[in-house]
Amino acid sequence: MKTLGEEAEKEKKAATELSGLLEVLGLEGEREVELEDVELSANELVLLPSVLASAALKAVVPPARLAPPKAKPTTILEAPFTPFLQEYSGQIREVTLGATKSEGGSRGKTVVIGGATTPAFYLFEKTPPHPPVIAVDTFDMKVTLPKAIRMHVEEVWEDTAAWAKMAVEKWGVDVLTVHLLSTDPLIKDTPPAEAAKTVEEVLQAVDVPLIIGGCGDPKKDAKVFTKVAEVAEGERVLLSSLTLDMDEAGVLDGVAKAAGKYGHLVLGFTALDLNRAKELNRKLYEYVPEGNILMDLTTAALGYGLEYSFTIHERARMAALMGDKELQHPVLAGTTNAWAAREAWMKLGPEWEPRSLRGPLWETLTALTLLVAGVDMFMMMHPDAVSNMKKIIQRLMTRGKAKPDKIANWVMQRYRRK
Amino acid sequence: MTEREIKKGVKKLSPIDVYMLLPRTNCKECGEPNCMAFAAKLVNREVSLEECPPILKKEHEKAYKKLQETLAPVIKEITIGTKEHAVKIGGKLVMYRHEFTYHNPVALAFDVTDEMPLHPRFSEEEALIDRVKKVENFLYNYIGRDLNLDMIAIRSTSNDPATFKSAVENVAKVTNLPLILCALDPNVMEAGLAAVQNRRPLIYAATKDNWSNMAELALMYDCPLTIFAPNDLDLLKSLSKTMIEYGVEDLVLDPGTFPDEGLSDTINNFTMVRRNACKGGDNVLGFPLIGVPITVWFGKEDSKEMLAWEEACLASILTSRYADVLIIHSLDGWVQLPTVIWKFNIYTDPRKPVAVEPELKTFGKPDEMSPVMLTTNYALTYFTVESDLKKFGGNYYLIVADTEGISVESAVAGRYLTAESIAEAVKKSGVAEKVKHKYLIIPGMAARLSGETEDELKNVGLPGWRVIVGPRDSSGIAKLLEEKWPPKEED
Repeated sequence: MKTLGEEAEKEKKAATELSGLLEVLGLEGEREVELEDVELSANELVLLPSVLASAALKAVVPPARLAPPKAKPTTILEAPFTPFLQEYSGQIREVTLGATKSEGGSRGKTVVIGGATTPAFYLFEKTPPHPPVIAVDTFDMKVTLPKAIRMHVEEVWEDTAAWAKMAVEKWGVDVLTVHLLSTDPLIKDTPPAEAAKTVEEVLQAVDVPLIIGGCGDPKKDAKVFTKVAEVAEGERVLLSSLTLDMDEAGVLDGVAKAAGKYGHLVLGFTALDLNRAKELNRKLYEYVPEGNILMDLTTAALGYGLEYSFTIHERARMAALMGDKELQHPVLAGTTNAWAAREAWMKLGPEWEPRSLRGPLWETLTALTLLVAGVDMFMMMHPDAVSNMKKIIQRLMTRGKAKPDKIANWVMQRYRRK
Repeated sequence: MTEREIKKGVKKLSPIDVYMLLPRTNCKECGEPNCMAFAAKLVNREVSLEECPPILKKEHEKAYKKLQETLAPVIKEITIGTKEHAVKIGGKLVMYRHEFTYHNPVALAFDVTDEMPLHPRFSEEEALIDRVKKVENFLYNYIGRDLNLDMIAIRSTSNDPATFKSAVENVAKVTNLPLILCALDPNVMEAGLAAVQNRRPLIYAATKDNWSNMAELALMYDCPLTIFAPNDLDLLKSLSKTMIEYGVEDLVLDPGTFPDEGLSDTINNFTMVRRNACKGGDNVLGFPLIGVPITVWFGKEDSKEMLAWEEACLASILTSRYADVLIIHSLDGWVQLPTVIWKFNIYTDPRKPVAVEPELKTFGKPDEMSPVMLTTNYALTYFTVESDLKKFGGNYYLIVADTEGISVESAVAGRYLTAESIAEAVKKSGVAEKVKHKYLIIPGMAARLSGETEDELKNVGLPGWRVIVGPRDSSGIAKLLEEKWPPKEED
């Protein structure tokens, strides 16, 4: 076998001989021609001048000059940062919950959500016009609740108005949800008139805007919501929720009409499907003003499909901002669903304790994830989860408060002794 | 612009573009029937280019290079550690998960300091070896999969080269996990690097003050290098450009993780950097981002629980907002459980269906007296039930009803799961011919359907079948069976 040295020597020799030959042939400088086979000897080439003329000389040409070793920079090379900004043609509609006396209702104040013109908390493009809002859940009956939540409501959970009052006074909630769960035909089958009475009691007990939740039975919900709409005329309560199943059951038109007639808001619920969300909205537009419609795109708990909810909310928001009018509604997430995750409440062994923190953290992180995906309003339950979300929302609303000095030397920071 | 158009802009790559560069010999050496099929899989990132043996030959060198460029992710993939103990970060193809899918799950690194004792001297003292072991041994079985933690970050709080070196040696001795070495003094860093020459740790970090020395170290030890420019994106980009020019090619960017009021800046900086790289074609910023939630622990008087809670929130929001690696302190189970689960979830492929095949599943070796249960075909519901049944052991039939991939509670509410559809599913499964008893266990969340279902079962030709309402959560199945199986003869 030839050594590398021999090979190089041979090439060098061939090159020398060839360059002489090229001179003779007047081809000096024809460097674009390439020699494909460096094994060809000068002698063979001499025998084949026609080949030479068209052939190639890669090896023969003096080796391409090596780039000089890159000089290492001695100072920082300036490269100013310019954020890549995007144009959005769409805007999320603004929706007002509740109505004050002068507006035809009896609420102490109203709450506005929506209005976004950029993805969630892209403050480098624009500060959101309204911070997302949290509504706290109450029920019209004693319900099965995880211990971590139960301990906070046990004293009031058989009196809906008292529960509502406590939530507003003790936790300072901005919007309150009353789930009329007892109307479920398979639970107590509370009649619509009685359920509506509960709503009236809560309207008397507190002055924050209300969300009225049903039991999930499309026909019964339609009846209950229709009655509630009537007794709460002008209060701009949010009916949660109207569905395509109501349409299939032939009851959607009636309840939507009642909501429109008495000036309430409706929440359109669909299961992780934007086409169906749009379809439902088109049906609602017939009876309800566009500015009175919110969407619930389905909230799955962390660990139980939250990623599907996250992605459907990101997609919906992006499509809305890009101009899809049928998706330009504020969205609501039922983040209390976080408690459906067994990791939120189940005993898993001492290394995963305390559950009193794990549960509310679970609810907080479920909500937080959807917050950055663009959710405008949350239904929540645990007081610590609610207060933490409020704090985070407040922090996300203002830019320019980072303190670089504080973290500049984090690497060397010692932990505080207990 | 519609959503579809945006997507197209992102996914410019078509299988045809890729096919044209492949050898197009349909040699099948890659295991695919032809080059077009291989191209389609390449575009979907289901195979790697190197699985095509011919493309690696000399005559295809140009095409190989071109394909490498064509397929290169907008965020460079960086390897920390070596061989089977390496972790890959970055490698992202898109900014938003729905545009394609996210690759290389965010790596979770946990800190030790070079001043920690090797073992605790009093109860609850944080100690080096104990923490490393805790990171290594962390395990949670989530729907049949083991979730773990990924890396160790060693911080020099002493700022003393010998102390740091010894801590790095001690950590390297007891673990194969990939490492991040954290020291801003190049002399300290070099002492640490010298202790783990073959481990390819991530260097943290080059700053405006130490950048040239850190660049030299990165080149000398062939390690990836972090650039730390807290809340200064001009500096971050300038340093990145400088490092590339210097010859350091594997970079990780830290625009700073600010706790408390700095949260908004943190998220906006991460978003701006990632967006410039993904949408603005800013190659200088096309590197993985490192989030540092551990910063919540310093300079505050809050309780440990409060700080751990805040750290979990930061880790979660940064996992959703573009961090490729995180440095965290708390090792408490209640903090890490949601962190590892969200990390797992957000990196699943959104193109994969949410549903599993509706069919009759068997567990163990069911016989004619084994329980018959029913659940929905929502993937997460199914996998939860599956993992519980496997955990309990024993023999069961499980009918997976077609609810179009909706969970039990929503399926009942939305009437995807009705008495009729349950009866149909039982009938179709053929389970009635396999068992001698006539009992069906339905999920507790579907309790309201129990009476009606018995009627419907009659209607589909299964008279005498009775419904037992199971627990609301499948973890309660073992207890239910203990109490109610085999069922007593009906009164």
